[in-house]
Amino acid sequence: MSRYLPLLGFALLVALFGFGIWWNTQHDPDEVPSPLIDKPAPAFDLPTLDDPAHRVTKASMLGKPYLLNVFASWCVACGEEHPVLMAEGPGLGVPLVGYNYKDKPEDARNWLRAHGNPYDMVIADFPGRTAIDFGVYGAPESFLVDAHGVIRYKHIGPFTPQSIRQELKPAIAALAREDR
Amino acid sequence: MRPYPRGGNALADGAPVPPPQTSRAKASPASRLLRGLLFCIGIGIGVVQAQAIEPLPFQNRAQEVRFQNLTRQLRCLVCQNENLADSNAELARDLRLIVFKLMQEGRSDDQIKQYLVARYSNFVLYDPPLEPGTLLLWFGPPLMLLAGAGVVLVAVRRRRQADAALEPPIDNGDDW
Repeated sequence: MSRYLPLLGFALLVALFGFGIWWNTQHDPDEVPSPLIDKPAPAFDLPTLDDPAHRVTKASMLGKPYLLNVFASWCVACGEEHPVLMAEGPGLGVPLVGYNYKDKPEDARNWLRAHGNPYDMVIADFPGRTAIDFGVYGAPESFLVDAHGVIRYKHIGPFTPQSIRQELKPAIAALAREDR
Repeated sequence: MRPYPRGGNALADGAPVPPPQTSRAKASPASRLLRGLLFCIGIGIGVVQAQAIEPLPFQNRAQEVRFQNLTRQLRCLVCQNENLADSNAELARDLRLIVFKLMQEGRSDDQIKQYLVARYSNFVLYDPPLEPGTLLLWFGPPLMLLAGAGVVLVAVRRRRQADAALEPPIDNGDDW
């Protein structure tokens, strides 16, 4: 029996490392879990991209759920996500609010003009200070905020048709069920 | 092995003609070493200064030290193997400024950490707190150590029993 002990140890190690590899394919190790899920979204007061005089606040957005999508013209992954938002945005059932992050307004406007604008509204956070309150650490990131201003779901990284179908749409459907 | 001649070194050993400036040449290895050391120290100072990536108007030296200590305990979220003190990432710079500002407002280290944890979860802490999710992290290593000790103990005891059963020790007077 004890002859097989080293083999057993080896098999256990293989199982452990195999589990590690499997775990890392299922999870993005760079993903920081947001402590803000199911907590009220931080208060914000930001101008829109098109009209700096027009300010949007958390209070002004209450009453209807919306999807806040952090993007920037300098962000490569946002370019990957963009066609997905163009295609899926209108069918989501909630307004898509762009959150332009650390971007020069003219760069952002040019980017949206060149690629198309999937957003119902775009707010701009050039200094990125409010984004820290949201726990943003990169782009793209997306927050689903409900009618009471509570963050219900966060997606880190670009949306794909698959993640929209499997994660975002069920989360939106859950909100719609609550309201009824 | 032949000892090196007094006052010489391995390289000078066997050199047919001593170089003209003998006294300088003799002092040279030491002075070269000294120069090298000074150079390294100079680089070290440069690195230390480069760590303070943006000059912040600290009230005093103690506050600066506190700031450096605190930012070294916080993780940069963009490049997750770096701390806030060392990272060049833009977000890390913004977070350093926030840490600095909170410090000026008189918040304690714990309050500042709490501020960041509320936004970025315990991920920002290099020293994770003890809570249900981190029990394995905290007690895993000592448990492994105990398990290892247990295995060794059992193995040793079993071998001793086996030895005792097979051949009772014969004392024939020899040491071996």
